[in-house]
Amino acid sequence: MILQTPILALLLASALASAVALWAAWFGIRLLQHWDLASGSQRQLDLERRTELVSTLFGFVMLIEIAALFLLVFNADRMAALFVGAMCAVGTFNVNGWGFPALYLKITLFFAAALWLILDRVDRLGRDFPLTRLKFATILGIAPLVLAGFATELAFFLNMKTDVITSCCSKLFTPSNEGFAAEMTGLARAHALWLLGAAGGAVLVSGAAIVLRKRGERLFALAGAAFFFAALTAIVSVISLYVYDHPNHHCPFCLLKREYGYFGYALYVPLFAGTALALATGLLKTVANSDSLAGVQPKAIRHLTRLSLAGFALFGIAVLWSIATSQLILFG
Amino acid sequence: MTSWLRRQRALAEYTLAALARRRIKNTGLLLIYAMVIFVVASATLFATALRKEAEVVLAEAPEVIIQNLVMGRHDLIPGDVIAEIDGIRGVASIKGRLWGYFYDRLNGANYTLMVPLDPAMAPPAGQAIIGESLPRVREMPWETAPLFLSRTPGDLVRFDIAKRLSSDSALVSTDLILLNEANFRAFFELPEDVYTDIALSIRNPREIDTIVEKIGRLLPNARLVTRDEIARTYQKLFSWREGIMVLLAGASVLAFVIFAAEKASGLSAEETREIGILKAIGWDTGDVIAMKLWEGGLVSFGAFLLGTVLAYLHVFAFDAGLFASVLKGWSVIYPDFALTPGIDGLQLTALFFLTVLPYMAATIVPIWRAATADPDQVMR
Repeated sequence: MILQTPILALLLASALASAVALWAAWFGIRLLQHWDLASGSQRQLDLERRTELVSTLFGFVMLIEIAALFLLVFNADRMAALFVGAMCAVGTFNVNGWGFPALYLKITLFFAAALWLILDRVDRLGRDFPLTRLKFATILGIAPLVLAGFATELAFFLNMKTDVITSCCSKLFTPSNEGFAAEMTGLARAHALWLLGAAGGAVLVSGAAIVLRKRGERLFALAGAAFFFAALTAIVSVISLYVYDHPNHHCPFCLLKREYGYFGYALYVPLFAGTALALATGLLKTVANSDSLAGVQPKAIRHLTRLSLAGFALFGIAVLWSIATSQLILFG
Repeated sequence: MTSWLRRQRALAEYTLAALARRRIKNTGLLLIYAMVIFVVASATLFATALRKEAEVVLAEAPEVIIQNLVMGRHDLIPGDVIAEIDGIRGVASIKGRLWGYFYDRLNGANYTLMVPLDPAMAPPAGQAIIGESLPRVREMPWETAPLFLSRTPGDLVRFDIAKRLSSDSALVSTDLILLNEANFRAFFELPEDVYTDIALSIRNPREIDTIVEKIGRLLPNARLVTRDEIARTYQKLFSWREGIMVLLAGASVLAFVIFAAEKASGLSAEETREIGILKAIGWDTGDVIAMKLWEGGLVSFGAFLLGTVLAYLHVFAFDAGLFASVLKGWSVIYPDFALTPGIDGLQLTALFFLTVLPYMAATIVPIWRAATADPDQVMR
């Protein structure tokens, strides 16, 4: 099962990321111990030079991890044809106990990677390595995620057996089940839409506050996170129904299939990007307060906010479009 | 944002000019890189096309096939079973199929003899419809030359040719000989009312599992093969062969990566001087690294494009002549078929991951080493 080109590509990317993460973490420990900007010693000079290399390599690997999330999901969707009972990516991820952990780790890594890349970018704008310590401290947190991601991915692909009967999405996303997915499915449709609308309003108001009044960054980050979960709930509970033109098909993964014009990507890509950028504004407000960033930070935050709002707006347009073009009438 | 874009544009412009200055060296690298990508890309493109072909062919296959088993081996199935199964709800149509193999001692080929399911398709008595490769392997001298089949030494059965099948359907019909039912039974000396197997078509795909279960209870000795199972097996087979090819090509990727790292770390005197001058006029390490990454990116992009386009031509215009037999399998009469050209985004992304990532990763450290050198040191 492991001998499929996309699987080989994913494993290669993860192995590479793990090697780099280990090395970067090791360097990070040394940096945290010996970093002293006031010193002009050879060791400090050497550290300063090496941060450039480690940041570049780690940034490269983080970019790969972001791309790998989409490859993983796309490949899982494609592989569903190989498993008895699987109709979409859910079946593939369900084929053994490692599938969903691997996916969740990749999603966590996606957000961690996006935040780290923004930290790195802002750090380079300051003249005196303002965020370097923090950057390498976070690498120590991200590296275990990368390694765990690689391990679960490997276990997932190695333990794939095509004669196992896996479960289809219609078994997982049904209100009669127990568990989180079922809760999301069972939420009343009108409530889900109201929730999404409220979160959208909060995002809009707090985002406007940043752009116009230069305040409310942390609120915006919180609103962005809330919107993310409200959006996922709404997708499962009601938006998917509109896309499928079917009153009982709740699967959030079938959206990614060709039959539905890959519509899921129009929903998920802006949603994930918007959320990551919203989180980054709160992060920058909290950590990027040194003097050398005084001119940079507010500009960067406003820029990120605009991009984030654009992402959420694209998501909103996609949702409205799916409702407007659907043959299904759920209300009224 | 605009300043960032402007910086990248300036870097790209400078890098292109720098690449053009060392034309021969960079063209060499590009060609070797493109060659490596070409091998991997050919394998994935070809396997993707084969998978698609199998999908198209199987779309027309019956949903379920019932085979009789005796001592664990495929055996003839009595015709009275048909009436029994016909009573199951959801079965749209049920037909006994007659097909078998014939080994031709003249040339060592195996033909598939078959009675068409649709009686209107069957040739008149004493005639046959033949597949695309039969005239070729039997070297039939003229268009309507009759076909002689010899079952035992001294035996000769003559069939006139009613029609030749076109090569459009070669993948499934290349070794085919279609007869009518009476001729078929006579040729193989089959009793009346037995069939090779039974084909079911089922209107609603969601009912397949239930119907298979019901037939299983009715005929406990039978083997039931669903179309999905066949499709899965083909997908797995071609994916697996593709994987083997890619893994083998992985060795060449590795060799190339070592070559590229070696090349990136052994900068020529001219290049070191160039970096020294850049740093002396105010570029910092980050700029030099960005410039070198642009260089790597441009070379990768060019090689990826070149390699993939060449692979596309190789597979779809030249029938993957270099390693078709590994992926297709082989036999005495192999169908002569043209693959439907197609590109799959997933495969391309995977290909990009497999070839460009290792190259970028291998060259970053040497790039950094060159970029951090002090200007006075390198210019001395």
